[in-house]
Amino acid sequence: MSNLKNFAKGFVKENPVFVLFLGLCPTLGTTSSALNGLGMGLATTFVLAMSNLVISLVASVIPDKVRIPSFIVIIASFVTIVDLLMSAYTNTPGPNGEPSLYDQLGIFIPLIVVNCIVLGRAEAFASKNSVFSSLLDGLGMGLGFAFALTLLGSVREILGSGSVFGFKFIQGDGILMFVSPPGAFLALGFLIMLMNKWKQKIV
Amino acid sequence: MEYVLIIISAVFVNNIVLTQFLGICPFIGVSNKVDTAFGMAGAVTFVMVIATMVTYILQHYVLLPLGIPFMQTVTFILVIAALVQLVEIILKKVSPALYQALGIFLPLITTNCTILGVAILAVQKDFNLIESVVFAISNALGFGLALITFSGIREQLDLADIPKSMKGVPIAFIIAGLLAMAFMGFAGIVK
Repeated sequence: MSNLKNFAKGFVKENPVFVLFLGLCPTLGTTSSALNGLGMGLATTFVLAMSNLVISLVASVIPDKVRIPSFIVIIASFVTIVDLLMSAYTNTPGPNGEPSLYDQLGIFIPLIVVNCIVLGRAEAFASKNSVFSSLLDGLGMGLGFAFALTLLGSVREILGSGSVFGFKFIQGDGILMFVSPPGAFLALGFLIMLMNKWKQKIV
Repeated sequence: MEYVLIIISAVFVNNIVLTQFLGICPFIGVSNKVDTAFGMAGAVTFVMVIATMVTYILQHYVLLPLGIPFMQTVTFILVIAALVQLVEIILKKVSPALYQALGIFLPLITTNCTILGVAILAVQKDFNLIESVVFAISNALGFGLALITFSGIREQLDLADIPKSMKGVPIAFIIAGLLAMAFMGFAGIVK
């Protein structure tokens, strides 16, 4: 039961984006479409789960004083792995010459290393809990993050170009502003507002 | 002329916060008061310039000659983390007044993605050392400009009567969206 709880809390109750407000830079920067949001979310999930796993394994042998730098090195190693993997496998441009996923996410892939969620979970959860529950926590939090990014990406894509994951279902141009930077801020602001309203109703 | 272009492009056209989405956490987190916004902007400027210089030297004299550019992320973040500590220790000894003003913001900067972001961008854009420094200074100015403007608006916002579920972060994002829209007016000045 508690394992299930560790896994599920990242989706709604402790959703990193909508509730904890962590990792906002990639949330805004990579959600111009649902696919980009999902890609970024899954890349972060991988880093989060793997670094949680390794950190919970080695936490007991790391001296307290050099804890944070050691965590950062572990996280940075996994970010480098993701970066190299994505540049190898997701680097083909689309059929109409649109930039590849790797190019669209661009600088936000190396920047996973400074995503506060990753270091936050390492420090708050993985360094104190067992290996299995840390892995579940990392997976749950990461998928919650991916869910939030995909949701925001879908909203922006529907409003901005009338499509989801590239499937166009509304004719015409859409509100272009939602694909551009101001739309990211507006869409996230209104989504958090709806979330707040929903929570008030439940309580 | 080249430097003027870099400055205008980084401060207004490609503003690091409002169009590149770097440093959103401090942008939302420490923008409640104009004073703290000034402190944060100062600390970021200070660290960003030093960090960009050091990472530039590291990239061109260590990583590239050794043929290990894929170690970029690991080395840069470690150097930045160490640098922030170092700056904190030196500042405490050399200029207690400045330390008092910037002190509390320095530890926060390690996980501020603007620093690592600008360091990586400067390398990606193939700038030389002077261009990198100008790029870092102007990005820090852009960050400060956005942060201080935003905190000024938020101070006034406390007095406004808004729906309960909008209070706090949601309204901050919407204001940021409007600010980003204003900054879009600069688009096209520099190609």
